[in-house]
Parts: sequence; C-alpha cells; structure tokens
Amino acid sequence: MIWDFLIAPFAEFGFMRRALIGSLAICIGSVPVGVFLLLRRMSLTGDAMAHAILPGAAIGFLISGLSVMAMTIGGILAGLLVALLAGLVTRGTALKEDASLAAFYLISLAFGVSLIAMNGSTVDVFHVLFGSVLALNTAALVLLATISSMTLVALAIFYRPLALECVDPGFLRSVSGFSAYTHFAFLALVVLNLVAGFQALGTLMSVGIMIVPAAAARLWSTAITGMILTAVIFAFASCIAGLLLSFHVSVPTGPAIIISAGAIYVVSVVFGSEGGLISSRFLQPQQS
Amino acid sequence: MKKLLASTILAVVPTTAFAADKINVVTSFSILNDITANIGGDLITLNTIVPAGADAHVFQPTPETARLVAGADLLLMNGIGFEGWMERLEEASGFEGTSIVVTSAVDVLENEEEHEGHGDDDHDDHADHDDHADHDDHADHDDHDDHDDHEEETAAKDDDHDHDHAEETAAKDHDDHGDDHAGHDHGAFDPHAWQDVDNVILYAEAVAAGLAAADPSNAAAYEANLATYRTQLAALDTEIMEILSVIPEGDRTVITSHDAFGYFAAAYDLDFDAPQGMSTEVEPSAKDIAELIEEIREENIRAVFVENITNPQFIEQIAAETDAVVGGSLYSDALTPAGGPASTYIDMMRHNATTLATALSGTN
Repeated sequence: MIWDFLIAPFAEFGFMRRALIGSLAICIGSVPVGVFLLLRRMSLTGDAMAHAILPGAAIGFLISGLSVMAMTIGGILAGLLVALLAGLVTRGTALKEDASLAAFYLISLAFGVSLIAMNGSTVDVFHVLFGSVLALNTAALVLLATISSMTLVALAIFYRPLALECVDPGFLRSVSGFSAYTHFAFLALVVLNLVAGFQALGTLMSVGIMIVPAAAARLWSTAITGMILTAVIFAFASCIAGLLLSFHVSVPTGPAIIISAGAIYVVSVVFGSEGGLISSRFLQPQQS
Repeated sequence: MKKLLASTILAVVPTTAFAADKINVVTSFSILNDITANIGGDLITLNTIVPAGADAHVFQPTPETARLVAGADLLLMNGIGFEGWMERLEEASGFEGTSIVVTSAVDVLENEEEHEGHGDDDHDDHADHDDHADHDDHADHDDHDDHDDHEEETAAKDDDHDHDHAEETAAKDHDDHGDDHAGHDHGAFDPHAWQDVDNVILYAEAVAAGLAAADPSNAAAYEANLATYRTQLAALDTEIMEILSVIPEGDRTVITSHDAFGYFAAAYDLDFDAPQGMSTEVEPSAKDIAELIEEIREENIRAVFVENITNPQFIEQIAAETDAVVGGSLYSDALTPAGGPASTYIDMMRHNATTLATALSGTN
C-alpha cells in the first residue's frame, strides 16, 4: 500500500526518477537564493526577473529552435542585462530598486513579445517555453545540476557579505566597496536559478519554488543557516509531494509542486514557532 | 462580383487589371489550397489565408488577411469548426462573394472527448447529424467493454474496421480534465476530414462545383481538371493501402502528439492514440504520462511520432521508457513549404503512409 503510493511511481517510471532528481537539484540551488531574497525584502524581485528572462529565452528559441542551450543562454543574458541596468539606475539615480527593475523587466518583456510577433512565428512559443519537470532529458539534468553546484560555491564565497547586507545594508556599503559586487553577483545567482527552474517548472512556478519554502521556513527559524536548512527540507518535501500528487490525482506537475509548498506555507503561518499566528498571539503576548 | 462595394478597407485595395479575367479564389489553409490549385489551375487567382507550415489552430488574422478575404469572389473553407476565426473574418472584412464549405458532403466523425458544452450553432450545415444530439450515453467513458453504441456513431464508413478504438482510449484519459483543449477547440466534430483520401475526392468535387458556379465560362475546364485529379486521388488511395499493408495486424497502433488522424485511422485501419494535453498550453500531469507509458508497454506499441508543433522532449522521454521508437514526423494540418517532404496533399499523404509503414513494420 505505502509502497504503491510512495515508491512504485519512482521505481516503475524513469521519467518520475528524472523529475525527482531534477526538482531536487533545483531546490538545492534556488532555495538558499530564495532565503536571501526574502531576508533582503526582495521576494517580488524574483517574479520580475522571471519576466525579464522569458523574452531572452524566446529569442534563443527563435534563433536556433528548441535547443536547451540556446534558450538557457538567451534567458541568462536577458536576465543579467536587466539586472545590471536596473542596478546601475538604482545606484545612480533617485529611483529605488523596485521601480527601476519593474521598468526594465517590462521593457524587456515588451521587446520579447514584439520580436516573436514580428518574426511571424505562428507556433505558440510559450507552449515550448513552458518547461516541464516530466520532460527533462539528460542535457537539461546536467544543466540543472551544474547551475545548482555553481550556486552553492558562489553562496559559500559570498555568504558573509550577503548575510551582512541582509542585516544592515548601510554598514557594508560604508566599510567596503565590496557591496556593489555582492549585489550583482547575487542578482546573477537569482537569474541563473530562475533559468534552471524555468527548464523544469516553467517561468512562474520556478519563482514559486524559490520563494514559498523560504517564506515558510522564516516562520520556524530566525537564524540564516537554520532558515536555509528548513527551507531546503520544505522544498524537498514539496517536490516529492507534488510529483506524487501529479501522479495519483493528475494535476500538472509544476503547479502541484507549488501547491504542496503552499500547503506547508499555510501550516507554517498558523503553527510556526517564530512568529506564526498561534505563537505570536498566545505564547508571547508581551510582543503584541 | 460586387467586391468594390464591400467596405472602407476595400478603398485601398489595388485591383489589378488582369484580375478581371480570372476569378479571385481564397482558401482557408494550405491543404485546401493545394486541392483547389489542382482544380483551378491557371484559370483562377488563388491565395490562402493560413500558409504552409503554419498552424491553423492558433492562427491570428491580420489586416492583410482581411484584405485578402474582402477581395475574394469565392471563399473556400474546411468547416466543421476548423477555422473558428472565419465567420468573424468574413464579417469584419466586408466579404461579399460566395463562401463554400467543402466538407458539406463528408460524413463527419465525432470528437468523443468534446461532447459537453458545445452548442450546435456552429454546425448548422450538419443538421442531418441529429442522432449526435443524444450524447448522454457517452458521459461515462469508463465502460469501454461496451463498444456497440460507439460503433454506430463514430463510424463514418460502413466497413467493419475496429477503428474507433483510438478515440475511445483518448477519451478515457480525458475524463478528469475537460479543459485540455482550450487552445484547440474544434467543437463536437473532428474537422481533419482530409486525412481520408475518399473525403478529398468530395472536397475536390465541391471545389469544382463552386468554381464552375462562380466562373461558368470555364466550367468544362474545371470538370476536366477534376476528372484528372480524381484519378490521381483514387490511385493515391490504392497506393496508401498498399504501403500500409506491410504492417502486421497486431502492430497497427500508433502514438502521436496531436489527435488529428481520426479519419486516417478509420479509412486505413490503424489506431491513433494521442497523449492528451500535449498539443495545448496545458502541461500534462505525471498521471497522463504514466498511463500512456503503461498503454505502450501493455499493447506493445511500436512507434511514437513527433509533430513539429509540440514539445518533442515528452515524446523522447516516452520512447526512452518503452520499446517504441520515435518514428519521424507526420503532417496533419498543414503542408510543408515548397521543397519540403509534404508540399502537396498527395505528397503529404504518401509521406505519412510511408513513415508509418517504415516505423510499424520494423523495416528501417
């Protein structure tokens, strides 16, 4: 019974195993990035970057067809360009980061849509662009694993300045010229991981796996390391639950994974030990 | 005809001098265009709305299209809900010529999975299909053992092939996600009637009759062209039967990514099964894929075909999990541009038959 429900889908079907490996690989990279996004109050930046990536991937598709490489490179370039321009505008003008980023990602999106339309492709590019974790081939798996590994190495290098910026962005800026580099390196990681998630979950859902487990983990832990570990565990659980949900109940896989993460989030909102509804209302009344 | 009275759009249409001699014929898509070219030859000016290689399902009319339609004396379309945009286009462009639905003589196959919620208003020309109104007995697709009630309704031809199997299994996977066809909604009937060569003879006859009515002075020439084309089509029909005859009886089930071969299946005794959801924006679930893989394993299906408009990674994954081979491309809704493997209707059908025979008989 339990075997049939939990193990058999993976034992019997190779595509389920690939989906599991691919989605876990994405979690390892994008969840820590999501935690830092959350701590820096940039949760919605992920969403904006996802839209900025989409046209780049679409252009990659138009140039060389359905090639994982071309779409990935196009997406990364478009994302990095938008991140860089938005960062420069933020640091050089009166505009805040959210406003400059919103402006650039919308411009990028408009260019992408126009380019596709002008090239007269009646094939619905967005069919193709929406990746699916069920259709991961070996090239896509290698790409996901590579991006995850690179992300972990980069986070290890930048961990200290990143953590410092989360706590007190003004401090790092005042004592070190390192701040700007840290910021761009971090945005580059966001772009890389969104592109990776994009292969497997589609654009919108790849933001989901980045942010939702991080938000849930925040309600159980206040230390950064604790949050990252909790978030990764939540994300793993969501991927496994989502794949099983998709297998048994016939829900599309990407949304099923995010719905599972959403369920964990709702439970965390209510029961979370660090600022959940119950703990902040009843257990620590002095705080309210 | 009175094309110059049509609309303000028409004010900017340059009417060429020689157009007075030839009638302006506009067809809705590339396959019908090829059929019409065979009948009309040099006697007509021929244009098509959805060009070769493009997908009529997601076609978006442009001002150019409206101009084309407005200038037409004769508008030929497939009907059966294939060109959902045509009615609005006719109105919006101020078209004043004659429009002909070439499938009016065709026995229409039903789309099993799309019964619910589709009114018959789009299908007035199929009023003689009243027996389809009683769809309730299909509501429960699970009773697959009871095939008899399907047999009468889906069989367009009276031969006793067991061809409705493909549609039924497709319907089975579909019970719990009825919205899959959001981007690909033909209504209750399967419009891909040209996949049966016999039907295309009816298409050609309808085209010839339409051309003769619009341009009586050349009626004899159209009749002669029709006779030639009919001979070619009859030969094609025989040829397809011969090509497909090498496929062993037990291996006649095929997986494709787009459910467009109902008529082909009925006419040539094959079963086509489509992994549903793949030809639309909707992502298939793990359950859909797993059921498909199980079916391929159980029924020992030999070949899986990729169509260029859908995500080939899915098909490759499925092929990797089973003994099935990925058998190349089949063309269903559009011809390839000139020089491609399916640049005419006859080439397309021959290409499909050869590709199927090669993959299914294992002689590759």
